Amino acid sequence: MTPPQRRRRQPRPQPSASPPAPGAPPPEGEKKNPERLYVIGGGDADGERAELDLVTLIVARADDPPASATPEQAAVLRLCSAPLSVAELSAYLNLPFSVVTVLLTELLTTGLVHARAPIVRQKVADRSLLEAVMHGLQRL
Amino acid sequence: MDFKDSDRIPGPRTEDRLPHTAEAAVKIVIVGGFGVGKTTMVGSVSEIRPLTTEETMTQAGIGVDDDFGSASKTATTVAMDFGRISITDELVLYLFGTPGQERFWFLWNGLFEGALGAVVLVDTRRLEVSFDVMGRLEERGVPFVVAVNSFPDAPRYPLPELRTALDLPEEVPILECDVRRRASSRDVLMTLMRFLHALALTGAPV
Ligand SMILES: Nc1nc2c(ncn2[C@@H]2O[C@H](COP(=O)(O)OP(=O)(O)OP(=O)(O)O)[C@@H](O)[C@H]2O)c(=O)[nH]1
Ligand SMILES: [Mg+2]
Repeated sequence: MTPPQRRRRQPRPQPSASPPAPGAPPPEGEKKNPERLYVIGGGDADGERAELDLVTLIVARADDPPASATPEQAAVLRLCSAPLSVAELSAYLNLPFSVVTVLLTELLTTGLVHARAPIVRQKVADRSLLEAVMHGLQRL
Repeated sequence: MDFKDSDRIPGPRTEDRLPHTAEAAVKIVIVGGFGVGKTTMVGSVSEIRPLTTEETMTQAGIGVDDDFGSASKTATTVAMDFGRISITDELVLYLFGTPGQERFWFLWNGLFEGALGAVVLVDTRRLEVSFDVMGRLEERGVPFVVAVNSFPDAPRYPLPELRTALDLPEEVPILECDVRRRASSRDVLMTLMRFLHALALTGAPV
């Protein structure tokens, strides 16, 4: 018995040809894809949103929420007394990611929380970062 | 959720709180078809009980559905399981398990930008469900390794045969694993990291 054979939509890229950088316009043929018709977050909460990643770490800047904080804001501020990722916030608050980013945008604007940006994949990876991750995994 | 009583919202257990020194996070994506073992893998290596984050998408009904022109929008919720591994006091690794179905890609194209790399989990009973996602990762230049989760009743193929079937370039690692075992899941992640490291050494743009 043989396994089913995968067929590429495009020929395998030559080793010299660099793949498109993240954020580059999608190659031809992708624009028609049906998932493009999905709008994240339901479309209503379209205000300004901070650039937040699932793994941006959020930390409250004060120990206690100010009296003016809404209940939702107070909940976020309590959870973030120690650094917590946006994904974890979403999980503990039981709110979709996009809703959490709206909440956090307000808190960032008013300076009640601080955001620590993630380390993202680089064109040429940072070897010391990769080595640190390997050491961490080895200890598991 | 009752935010009026925000004291009661269960947050991380004391032992699950990150130290204040945690400066930055990195992420790895585990992608695969339905029931392939994504959640099991996240759970077997995570230091916290796996958590779930959700995203809601509204489908702008432009004749894609057989809605016959109705203006109604269909909401879709996609859940992602994730776990966490503290690498150092400053660095945290997050692992996200995400469905491989085509209509969810838009979601993770936006949210998973910047992942160090990906693990494509495959089940030899349904190898073809992973074909498209591998193409997507290649098009976006996201480096990945292929991990074959071996279920007892699954057909077994020699790895070279699977490599050919998946049309994997020689340098892309493929290995067998049992994601229920922490050591096995860790080996998969280590294989990915070594691969990324090798790419960095050759200076190859990834
Ligand atoms: N025998 C065996 N069973 C496994 C293995 N990995 C996962 N399972 C079982 O397969 C089932 C599905 O695993 P999950 O981890 O839930 O898979 P998933 O990819 O998260 O599934 P969905 O989120 O539903 O797409 C569970 O009952 C697991 O216990 C494996 O390596 N061997
Ligand atoms: Mg799952």
